[in-house]
Amino acid sequence: MIRYALTRLALLLLGLFVASVVIFLTLRVLPGDIAQVIAGQNATPEQVTAIRASLGLDAPLPAQYLDWIGGVFRGDLGSSLLTGTPVVTELAEKARVTVPLGILAMTFALLISAPLGVLSALQRGRALGTGLTVGAQTIAAVPVVWAGMMLVVVFAVWLGWLPAQGFPRAGWADPAAALRALLLPALTIGAVEGAMLMRFVRSATLQAIGQDYVRTAAAKGLTRTDALLRHGLPNVGLSVISVLGLQVAGIIVGAVVIEELFSLPGIGRMLVDDVQNRNLPMVQGELLALTGFVLIVGFLVDLLHRSIDPRQREAA
Amino acid sequence: MTSPTRRGALARLWALSTGRFGLAVAAAVVVTAAVSLFWTPFDPQQVDIPGRWAAPGWPHVLGTDASGRDILSLIMAGARTTVVVAVGAGVIATVIGIALAALGALTARWIRESTAVLVDVMIAFPVLLIAMMISSVWGGSLAVVVWSVGIGFGVNVARVTRPELRRVLHSDFVLAGRAAGLTPLQNLGIHLLPNVAPVFIVQLSWAMAVAVLAEAGLSYLGFGAPVTEPSWGLLLAELQSYITVYPLSVVWPGLAITITVLGLNLLGDALREATDPTLARRGGAAREAHSHVPEVVA
Repeated sequence: MIRYALTRLALLLLGLFVASVVIFLTLRVLPGDIAQVIAGQNATPEQVTAIRASLGLDAPLPAQYLDWIGGVFRGDLGSSLLTGTPVVTELAEKARVTVPLGILAMTFALLISAPLGVLSALQRGRALGTGLTVGAQTIAAVPVVWAGMMLVVVFAVWLGWLPAQGFPRAGWADPAAALRALLLPALTIGAVEGAMLMRFVRSATLQAIGQDYVRTAAAKGLTRTDALLRHGLPNVGLSVISVLGLQVAGIIVGAVVIEELFSLPGIGRMLVDDVQNRNLPMVQGELLALTGFVLIVGFLVDLLHRSIDPRQREAA
Repeated sequence: MTSPTRRGALARLWALSTGRFGLAVAAAVVVTAAVSLFWTPFDPQQVDIPGRWAAPGWPHVLGTDASGRDILSLIMAGARTTVVVAVGAGVIATVIGIALAALGALTARWIRESTAVLVDVMIAFPVLLIAMMISSVWGGSLAVVVWSVGIGFGVNVARVTRPELRRVLHSDFVLAGRAAGLTPLQNLGIHLLPNVAPVFIVQLSWAMAVAVLAEAGLSYLGFGAPVTEPSWGLLLAELQSYITVYPLSVVWPGLAITITVLGLNLLGDALREATDPTLARRGGAAREAHSHVPEVVA
């Protein structure tokens, strides 16, 4: 286990390094002059040179990279071109919206996918099972932004139960209003992610049904459903854990679009704004933080999977 | 020349209801896009302020938008953008996928392993983040959408194709080819690629579904189609501003996207079922247990 953890940690560090290089090089080497972009079309060459110098863009690339990464190790991801606020401060501020949104979305996704996925596997070949499978396939094909609009139409416009947009100015000082503002966005992401996860739960359950230990338990007198619930489900759970990393990535992407749709002041919307404003130090820091987060979650999920699945432990 | 096995695969594809649905949707989108080049009920960009927000009916079958443009014509013309993005992303994903898979399967050990690590890392980059990374330097455009889906899905294609390539690499006919004096590249083209093609085409179908979703999402955010181009994602963004007053109009572009993506996803599933001999031999439940869920985040 320790050997596995160390190998996996080495892979994580390598991954973070490659990710940082890819982000850095994309923002520097792609044809297009950042300083020119920031200065605008009417800037004089002197102004462009001054901007280049102030951003440290006149230094050689390896020096620029080391300068940036050195900052990252000190907890400095750079700061905004427009306001001078450090990226880390902004990220911490916006995370107060995005993190609860992500947790709620993940909760919805699991609440939807786990029972319905198992049910659609048990009902395979019957009308209910087929209906659930077709439903999941269809919802998984819905663009998340349209899913959000449809939920707004139903729950905000027609029923008037929940706000269509916005986040309370007071933030979490008004917890009830803040939670109400996040419900529809989280349900949107949770439903689309849940539909994808449900297909996965269904395959994992079908696989478990075919296993010898479920058949043995059934032979010893349990009903097929009981055998599956008692002996099969832990295995289904393990398979689901192994794709959680992917789900987290899906939720981050969903958050970028959904925060824009619902005007939520979160990390996704900040990224959209910064890309639109060509606020490149911010974009660079935010992308590193997001991809780093996805890689670290993947690492933790792998370790968790390994440590609770006895078969994987023996294989080591 | 159509080999018997290939005709068999097509027949098996058509025998599946998902295969028929997928093929029908793909054909419908392509035909709509082609027809829209010559004819749409109205000029999709024709502004008609007095006629704005017409309810669905005649002559505006799906109604009109805030500037009186015919929504059906806009959706028909938007199919062009969808086809261009899906095909473009598919081509780039193919090229990148084959190149990375070949590098990861056929070269010296250290190149193989570093390619594998690079592919594993790149898979953690969601397509949308790649697109925003490129947009922040180039500004948004359809080319950015095509490239980012192509890159994002290309690494995925590479990951799935590489083990297949390595498996086929040790077959007798590849050895025979090498003995007969084929260069590695000739061997790749003549013996290896045709044998991994089934795996590949399945991935491609899913890549196109991701491309359609990504175009919609990115155009909605303002990083995709320019406002002068007809695009389903742009149409969604425009109609969203009036959603509290005209909630029905936003249904149509969303439906167009959903049906297209569903069709391409099911086509991928059906292609996989029709081309994978190991799936065909298994019984119903076991077969469905192994039906693959695409592991890509738009």
